[in-house]
Amino acid sequence: MTYDETTLAQLAEDAAAIIARYPVKRSALLPMLHLVQSVDGFVSPDGIQFCAEQLELTAAEVSAVATFYTQYKRRPNGEYQVGVCTNTLCAVMGGDRIWDELSEHVGVGHDETTEDGQITLERLECNAACDYAPVMMVNWEFFDNQTPESAKQVVDDLRAGKDVAPTRGPAKVCSFKQVSRVLAGFEDGRADEDQGAGAPTLAGLAAAKEQGWKEAAK
Amino acid sequence: MTDLVPVLSATWGAEQSWSLDTYTEAGGYAPLKKALGMEPGDLIQAVKDSGLRGRGGAGFPTGMKWGFLPPDDGGPRYLVVNADESEPGTCKDIPTMMSAPHALIEGVIITSYAIGCNHAFIYLRGEVVHVYRRLLQAVREAYEAGHLGKDIHGSGFDLDVTVHAGAGAYICGEETALLDSLEGRRGQPRLKPPFPAVAGLYARPTVVNNVESVASVPAIVDKGVEWFTAMGTERSKGMGLFSLSGHVTRPGQYEAPLGITLRELLELAGGIREGHELKFWTPGGSSTPIFTQDHLDTPLDYESVGAAGSMLGTRALQLFDDTTCVVRAVTRWTEFYKHESCGKCTPCREGTYWLTQILKRIEAGRGTEADIQQLLDTCDSIAGRSFCALGDGATSSIISSVKLFREEYEAHVEQGGCPFDHSASALFDYSDTPATEEAHA
Ligand SMILES: Cc1cc2nc3c(=O)[nH]c(=O)nc-3n(C[C@H](O)[C@H](O)[C@H](O)COP(=O)(O)O)c2cc1C
Ligand code: SF4
Ligand code: FES
Repeated sequence: MTYDETTLAQLAEDAAAIIARYPVKRSALLPMLHLVQSVDGFVSPDGIQFCAEQLELTAAEVSAVATFYTQYKRRPNGEYQVGVCTNTLCAVMGGDRIWDELSEHVGVGHDETTEDGQITLERLECNAACDYAPVMMVNWEFFDNQTPESAKQVVDDLRAGKDVAPTRGPAKVCSFKQVSRVLAGFEDGRADEDQGAGAPTLAGLAAAKEQGWKEAAK
Repeated sequence: MTDLVPVLSATWGAEQSWSLDTYTEAGGYAPLKKALGMEPGDLIQAVKDSGLRGRGGAGFPTGMKWGFLPPDDGGPRYLVVNADESEPGTCKDIPTMMSAPHALIEGVIITSYAIGCNHAFIYLRGEVVHVYRRLLQAVREAYEAGHLGKDIHGSGFDLDVTVHAGAGAYICGEETALLDSLEGRRGQPRLKPPFPAVAGLYARPTVVNNVESVASVPAIVDKGVEWFTAMGTERSKGMGLFSLSGHVTRPGQYEAPLGITLRELLELAGGIREGHELKFWTPGGSSTPIFTQDHLDTPLDYESVGAAGSMLGTRALQLFDDTTCVVRAVTRWTEFYKHESCGKCTPCREGTYWLTQILKRIEAGRGTEADIQQLLDTCDSIAGRSFCALGDGATSSIISSVKLFREEYEAHVEQGGCPFDHSASALFDYSDTPATEEAHA
């Protein structure tokens, strides 16, 4: 492994914290792969070796798991993972068009990264936000009700180094590595940041109030 | 007109709705104290009596599932919450956890107490990082408030909760694949029996329940069985989140008694988008056979939707208006199943591949009349012959759409292309010819 001493010490400390969450060590593998991505930006050969050693698995066993899941990247990922939902509902509501225009605008296709290493584009399956269709995800934060223009603007702003806020979520989109660390189960202090719940989330409540339902009725 | 009944969604509009303080002020964690004063067996009986059925799709009675656990043998038993929400169209658990994570945490604690579990897991799909933040914080807050940990509120009951993020794989929503994934393996379904109740996580007795099922438990404890059974229909009790998406004026989450109809829901949601008519819809996600206008008055409960030829599923109502090409919609869903097939069994792995090939051919206008029959034959060799329900689900929209819209498949064949203007379906204006459609081939 080529990790320097400080990196390795930090990795080992984090791995110990992850392993402690489970009664059986091997359960730590998925979060540890997220942890590896938080350091290397993808599931690196070093990272695989590290997981294998920590969990007493072979590198082949770790690889077999890593390749099963789409969030684990086999090549260095862009700073921002930009996914456009093109499952049926979003696709029909305009997701296909957003994908076409965005892909042309950025100049890369599915699972490809721009030369500046900033943007990795991806066609997503349903991300459980269909009531906000068409949906785009950037580093797994919600960008709801998109248009081709809004999607291109987001990507341009990200590439220009500006802070970009999702429509639901924290105050700004963090880097791929930072978000990977959260997915490894480490809090980043942003849980209370909020952009509001969004009209579809509250649509039923609003309709209930019109019917005379009172909040206090809980 | 049926009244909406916000229960889980009641606090979603509150300031900092996700915080422990907001949840507690609205009466949260009082049900926990009540539950800890009850016998676990009485809690299980109450949930049985409530008639609560699993909200994750299959509708299995929740109390009965809990009751299937073998008697305590001194070893560990587990609760695993299925928060993988990935069935296309389904978008109810994510807002539940984003806006009120403590409702789930409280449900987890009560359920764990009822079934004798001291370590519960929440398996969240990995592609929703802000929801993960909220859950991690909610669990930490619950520990700090003494709702989790050792000897909870002096009851002698201990519970730890681990919130685990997945990494992108629809099949991990299938409960046994989920368990394999949680054990650090590829998420592939297990042979049943043994069922998770007997040999689940780490081969120990395990209850797997959906987020909404578990989050419904505190309200049942709090307000009682009769309150719950007063809502819903004969064999589909209580309330549920109905998720309206697509060509509807006000899409979103509508919490209503089971048995409400789409006609009623549409009235509350402002109707189908202006100037258009409903063409087809899914009652419970993409794995459920599609419905049309003829089903506007079908009560959305397990029995009625089943009798009408579909499934209530996850109450994911994806609505498509008259601009939508049904062949396009079905082709895209089928590509999803092909992509997500875990590859373990041949009918599904090979079948979804062939279905996709045929459908793409038809959609692109290169299909033949015989292809339509070939589609149905291929579905026949998948449905009922696959290892898990993903295979069956892959055939639902195909079989139902050929039955309801066969002429639209034929039109693609006859015209050598799609008769629809895709831009008319989009929620924003664009005028270009759909030249780049080939990019999806
Ligand atoms: C392919 C497939 C995907 C599934 N995805 C989910 C899911 O994302 N969430 C869920 O709760 N149940 C899902 N299920 C159903 C689960 O297997 C299981 O029935 C459910 O979690 C049980 O919880 P309940 O009884 O509370 O509904 C899925 C099933 C299949 C076959
Ligand atoms: S039906 Fe499909 S998803 Fe299920 S086990 Fe077989 S190949 Fe895997
Ligand atoms: S179809 Fe795009 S989020 Fe569900």
